[in-house]
Formats: sequence, structure tokens, C-alpha cells
Amino acid sequence: MKRLYTHFGDRIFATLLLLLALGVAALALLMAYELYRGGSLALQRFGLLGFALGREWDPVVQKTFGAWPYILGTLIVSFSALLLSFFPALAAAIFAAEYAPRWLAQVINFLLDLMAAVPSVVYGLWGIFVLAPWIRDKVQLPFYMWAAEQAPWLVPILGVPTGYGLMTAVLILASMIIPYTAALARDAIALVPKEHREAAYALGATRWEVMRLAILPLARGGIIAGTFLALARAVGETMAVTMVIGNSHKLPYTLFGGAATMPSVIANEFTEAVEDLHLSALIAVGFLLFLVSMAVNFTAAYVLRRQERLVKGVL
Amino acid sequence: MVKEAVDVHMESKNLVVRYGSRVGVGVGGGVNLPLYRHKVTALIGPSGCGKTTFLRALNRMHDLTPIARVEGEVLLDGENIYASGVDPVLVRRRVGMVFQKPTAFPTMSIYDNVAAGLKLVGIRDKRRLDEAVERALRGAALWDEVKDRLRTPASGLSGGQQQRLTIARALAVEPEVLLMDEPTASLDPISTQAIEDLLLSLKEQVTIVIVTHNMQQAARVSDYTAFFLNGEMVEFGPTETIFTRPKDLRTEAYITGRFG
Repeated sequence: MKRLYTHFGDRIFATLLLLLALGVAALALLMAYELYRGGSLALQRFGLLGFALGREWDPVVQKTFGAWPYILGTLIVSFSALLLSFFPALAAAIFAAEYAPRWLAQVINFLLDLMAAVPSVVYGLWGIFVLAPWIRDKVQLPFYMWAAEQAPWLVPILGVPTGYGLMTAVLILASMIIPYTAALARDAIALVPKEHREAAYALGATRWEVMRLAILPLARGGIIAGTFLALARAVGETMAVTMVIGNSHKLPYTLFGGAATMPSVIANEFTEAVEDLHLSALIAVGFLLFLVSMAVNFTAAYVLRRQERLVKGVL
Repeated sequence: MVKEAVDVHMESKNLVVRYGSRVGVGVGGGVNLPLYRHKVTALIGPSGCGKTTFLRALNRMHDLTPIARVEGEVLLDGENIYASGVDPVLVRRRVGMVFQKPTAFPTMSIYDNVAAGLKLVGIRDKRRLDEAVERALRGAALWDEVKDRLRTPASGLSGGQQQRLTIARALAVEPEVLLMDEPTASLDPISTQAIEDLLLSLKEQVTIVIVTHNMQQAARVSDYTAFFLNGEMVEFGPTETIFTRPKDLRTEAYITGRFG
């Protein structure tokens, strides 16, 4: 076989690139391995499935560890936040890309980028001092009082209106991931070739019809990519969620009451995990989180590939 | 010259298009150009001469470019399409357009592509849609090639087929005028031939304005030719006259290949 790079300098550069690229891959594998090794004590004691589906997490008395409440909490919080943020984010993206005058679009884009850059602990602080008390007093309490009188069957679903719980965490998280979905959707919309919008306009389409016929179908890939990026971010978000979610792993979760997620339990209990099994259980939760994130990324890659095949030759 | 018995379908009066402070078309006085009913008019000239800019003024596509400004009038059956109160969406339904790059909507089926414009005007009746789709695809000389796969994605068609699909899509809404901006520039010779043949049969139903870089194409398909240079409409006349006895030296220089 002929050598691909014959010049000496080229070969050194290619080797260097290869090593660096392998380094990145090795880092990911090493991380997965270390998480597994660190959590192996707990995983061997309860079995992978037993650990993942176990509903009991008691580091003090029974010393049993089951991660199901955290997995469930992570799924509920992430998907609710995603659902809640998707349409506002898409609307912001469409408005910024197609409808807003240029100066307003720039303002919106700047603010979206700013939102993405705000550290999550700041969102958390805002959640603790502003959002949670406000939600408690203006939304949860009145609604709870109303339900107690008019629809008592709702009470067990609502839970204790403390302000610090599932609902607040979802709201905070939704506002944190809006800029991710919006920014990628906006870029995807802007990338649709001019000819395609003009073709739709030339057919006598109105602005919204142009959006529906020519722009959204072509931008769908980017919009989906942004959604998965937002989901990955939501699954892994630690600080802000931990600060407002109330940190209770008592099932079943209620709308207003406390809950917990995989990242939040790790952040909360790491400093107090003095026993080997407890520490190992926390690391095992980290391992499961790694698996969940990986699943999200693989799904995203798969969906994107299908979408690319659909619009091939256009973008 | 004996005046032909044809009537004016569209007409530009003192048309000037500006991009910011730059004059895109209408240098040295606005453009006055008649477009005769059911004839093919070719706009020729070197790159950047303003022919596409002129074409896009005919169905208000410049409305989509924030810095573009149109002065003067464009009359469609005697009515100014730039008059206040005229909806550009309705103008574009009467004056269709085909672009240089095929712009089939890739995620839609062949059928839905052709039906897209009809659905925009509120036609939902399945039989009417079926008939219109078939008529448009036949009109665009594509029916025989796609009739067995109308429900497959348009992205599966070749470039030439996609271009004829966009023509079918434009024809389906039964426009009076069809504007074509270098419709064969990105196609191979066989597809080009198919589209040129198509133009000759289409002009029985619609008035056609075609921008082309290819002077042989203009000579082959058009009845009238307008020559543009540096934003100025230099000369307009029957194609045969323009190509054999041009009045302006610049026209002669261009068609004999001395520049452009």
C-alpha cells in the first residue's frame, strides 16, 4: 500500500493528531471504567439491575442502596423541563430568525447567549431566593387551598406546597435549557438556503407558510440536535436543581413536594459518605448517569443521521 | 418592421431597483420593457448586469431583501403591482418563478411538492388535486418518469427531474406569467434540452420571461430578447433582430462574444 503521507513533517503532524484524538476517546473510556470500578462494591452487593431498580436508599439504618428514586427523578425533571422549554425556545428562534427586525433579533440573540453563559449556581440562588418563595405563595398555596376544598383527590398528587420541590426544579431547569434549544434552532433556520425560502415565497406562500413548507422541514435536524443537547444538559444539571428540588427521595413524587435526581444526590451526599458502601453507591449512581447520558447522545446521533439522509443534497 | 398582433401582458415603466445607494437596474433612466402575452422573452447580459434584479422586480421578490428599493411601475394587465394595497402574495400567485438551483421541498413527496401551491390557495378536494398534479407534471414533461412513485420523497429525483418538478409546482397554481432565473444553469445538456423543449410548449398557456447566460439558449427559445449591461437595459427587440441586426454596438459586441 502506498504511504498516505510521504513528507516527514506531514507524518509527524498526522501521528500527533491521531494521538490527541485517541487521547480524547481514551479519556471517555477511562472515565466509564473508573466510575464502574468505584461503584463496583455497591453494584456487586445489589446487582446492576437490583441497584438501578431498588427503591430503598438508606445509608444510616438498613444500609441498603437503590437508585430508582434518583433515576425516576432525573427522568421526570429532565423531560418535563424539555417539554416546557421546547415551544418557547422554538418560538424565540423562529421569531429571531424570520420575523424580528434586525436590531431586535440581535438583542434576542445576545440575551439568549447571555442566558446560556449564566453559571448554574446563579440560577440556583435566584431559584432559592426569588422563584421558590414566589411560587409557594402565589401559585402553590392558593392552588393547594382550592384543591383541599374543591377537589380533595388532587391533594395527594400536589403534595406539600413548600416551594422547594419538583415544580420549581422543572421551571428553573426549563429556563436554563431554553438558550440551548433556541440557539441551535436559530442557527438551523438561518442555514436553510435562500433559494428554498424564495421558492416558497414565489409560490405565493405567506410568511408562516414559508416557514412550514420550506424552512422547518430543512431545519428539523438542527432543531432536534438542539433538543438533545438541551436534554443532555438537563440530565446532568446539578447545582441549580440541587438547590431548589428539596432533596427528598421518598416515592411517590408529588408535583409541589421535594424530589431528587442522580446529580443532586451525588452533590448532596458526597461529603457525608464516610462508609465505603455509601461512597461506592454514589459513584455507582454516577456510572448510571454516564450510561443515561450516553444513551441520549446515541439516540441523538441516530435521529440526526436519519434526518440528514432525508435532506441530502440540499444543505 | 411589421408590428405583430400581440398584446402586452406585463410591462415595466421607468423601473429602477436600488440596493442601498447602489443602482442595481435602471442606470441612466428607468427601464421600460414590454412582455408580450404567450411569448418567451429572454433577458441576456454579462454577470452583474441587472437582468436577475429586473426579473425579481416582476413578482415583488425584492420585498424580501431589506435593503432593496423599487421605483417606477410594473403593470400586470395594466395594473401596477407596486400600488399600495396590492398583496405581494397574490401577485406571486399570478406570476410564478423558477430558480437556478432546483428547489424541490426535499422532505415532501413528489405529489405533495406539486400540490403545495394548490393547498396554499385552499384546494383540499382530492380529485381536483389529483387532476391538477397530473396536469402540471405532464405540462412539465415529468409525468411518465414519476407517475409510479408519486408518493416517494422528491429528494430521490435527479437534478434535472427536480428542476422540472419545480416547474410543475409553479405551473400547478396556473400562473399567468412564469419567471425563470437561469433554469438550466446547473443542469446537464440532456436535462437542458428537455427544459428548452418544455418552454416552447408552455408558452401556449403562459407568458415566459427567462434569464440566461447562454446566448444560444436565448436564440433557441425566445421570441423577444432584452440585452442588459451594467444596470442599463441597452436594447430590446424580436430575438431574430437582436441576434442578426443589433442597433447598439454594445449589443453586437456581446452577442459576437467580444466580452461577457
